[in-house]
Amino acid sequence: MDFATLLQVLDSTVRLATPLLLACLAGLFSERSGVIDIGLEGKMLIAAFFSAAIAALTGSVWMGLGAGIVSSVLLSGLHGLASITFRGNQLISGVALNFLAAGLTVLIAQDWFSQGGRTPSLMGAGRWEAITLPFAETLRAVPVLGPIYYELISGHSILVYVALLCVPATWWVLFRTRFGLRLRAVGEAPEAVDTAGVSVVGLRYAAIVICGLLCGLAGSYLATGLQAGFVKDMTAGRGYIALAALIFAKWRPWYALMACLLFGLLQAVALRYQNIDFGGITIPVQVMDALPYILTVVILAGFVGRAIPPRAGGEPYVKER
Amino acid sequence: MTTMKSLAGSAAALALTAGAALADPALIYDLGGKFDKSFNEAAFNGATRWAEETGGEFRDIELQSEAQREQALRRFAEAGFNPVVTTGFSMSTPITNVAADYPDTKFVTIDGYVDPEAHPNVKSILFAEHQGSYLVGMMAAMASESGTVSFVGGMDIPLIRKFACGYAQGVKAVNPDATVIANMTGTTPAAWNDPVKGSELTKAQISQGSDVVFAAAGGTGLGVLQTAEDEGILSIGVDSNQNYLHPGSVLTSMLKRVDVAVFESMEAGADLETGVEVLTLAEDGVGYAMDENNASLVSEEMQAAVEEAKAAIIAGDLAVHDYTSDDSCPALTF
Repeated sequence: MDFATLLQVLDSTVRLATPLLLACLAGLFSERSGVIDIGLEGKMLIAAFFSAAIAALTGSVWMGLGAGIVSSVLLSGLHGLASITFRGNQLISGVALNFLAAGLTVLIAQDWFSQGGRTPSLMGAGRWEAITLPFAETLRAVPVLGPIYYELISGHSILVYVALLCVPATWWVLFRTRFGLRLRAVGEAPEAVDTAGVSVVGLRYAAIVICGLLCGLAGSYLATGLQAGFVKDMTAGRGYIALAALIFAKWRPWYALMACLLFGLLQAVALRYQNIDFGGITIPVQVMDALPYILTVVILAGFVGRAIPPRAGGEPYVKER
Repeated sequence: MTTMKSLAGSAAALALTAGAALADPALIYDLGGKFDKSFNEAAFNGATRWAEETGGEFRDIELQSEAQREQALRRFAEAGFNPVVTTGFSMSTPITNVAADYPDTKFVTIDGYVDPEAHPNVKSILFAEHQGSYLVGMMAAMASESGTVSFVGGMDIPLIRKFACGYAQGVKAVNPDATVIANMTGTTPAAWNDPVKGSELTKAQISQGSDVVFAAAGGTGLGVLQTAEDEGILSIGVDSNQNYLHPGSVLTSMLKRVDVAVFESMEAGADLETGVEVLTLAEDGVGYAMDENNASLVSEEMQAAVEEAKAAIIAGDLAVHDYTSDDSCPALTF
């Protein structure tokens, strides 16, 4: 593998990892507050649809992004209503949201555009443009570092940089602010938070709103950044891979970045090399596709350190009487 | 007496509606969905054309999961629809399970194969995709400046390999030194609907030098065609005429006349002749698309060369190897 190929694979890794990273951080906020969210897939899907649909109707990708975030936050709110306010089962609510999003997007798309559950192809301002970072052209001639800067770091859409900035932001919010401390506490011991006079319900709602917002970014990136329109079921299981990455990252922001980049790299390599010759043994592409899940199982089985989920995850909080 | 009359009347009405339903055909789309701009949409277009020309009515259903296949077949057969037309190779096994229970209903499996001896009421319609792919492969090789062309398949199944193999043979016929890169999107049905992965595959192929890409991947192909336009290379559509999706970027489309197959099955109605039918270049069952959207991309020499090859294939002077005949391809390794 030469240097140019390596850069291309890494470039592809960044593109593939971005939606995973946003969804993974979304899940991180939600699960750290004690609300398990299996509905990441559905939220990304509905955000992908509304961002593409509104961008197609208004011709503005920013309006699309706004609509995607609003729809995703609304779906998050529904999850909150079912699992926080009415104390329903969080897993069932999440699965229901996935089905709801899968059906609703196609239904509305068919009603609005009559193109069989897809949106029209987006043109010009309806899509995220690649951003060329300052000096990228000038520095391109510099050996090694120039191409790295030009090919790998520069030339992505703005959402990629937003996603990367979300990692330190998430770390700072969770581990350096009062809100973050309370958020983590509510996922570990909600009764203690309640005793301190802080609203458990309020904190959990705040967490899932952030979760919805991040899923909205992920969906918008899929439909209006990577693609030029929405296609039925276009998330293709990325929400579940993000959940796997979350476990792999042991519910920590920096590890989440590493996990998503690793999973993105595995996908990029699988796309580039269908079958890999590895010292005489041919590794079929299916192995690469399955590796994220295998790695997650290995982590869960406790081979590489222990992955301990937030203690109160999955349990609705009931005040003692 | 009055009661008797009305009873007889309603019975007659019932008989009439039953008779009407008996003549109605039904259409079952595969998991890619009715409006995939490709395979299933071609079936829908054929059925619509039949309805418009004959004034008849048809029922259709889009499958949502594997489990619905047999259920949908039984529902249509029990409701008296005849023939029941299905698209996609995955329907052949469910039809094998169901056909014997409804001997008076004719089933049509497009792209699937059911043994005509064992199931006399089933018609299998197959296409010579390798021949059509050969022609678009020739066009790809002639349009390519880099000498490298590529292929993006949907789910990795023998049928899609048949496309890839025919395409590679066509490419090599024009330029024996050409490189053909072939990638499959995945091994599950989700591979038909993952345009993001289609885009990434195309980008990877472009970085390996490809400047013409042939997508035989259902909804995934839309991502391939989009990326080809964004990156300024040529693409080739599949099944339906996809030239209009990105005018000036889609070189041509490998046509598979699923619409004709559906139209003719519905036209024949309950008297449909069963058995196995293979639609080849000779019957215009496969071909390549030319219209105003790609007129500027295809030179006269290209078209002349392709027409010559087409005539040779029809006459039997030129044999295109069919991957599914022996699960191997002389021009391409997978």
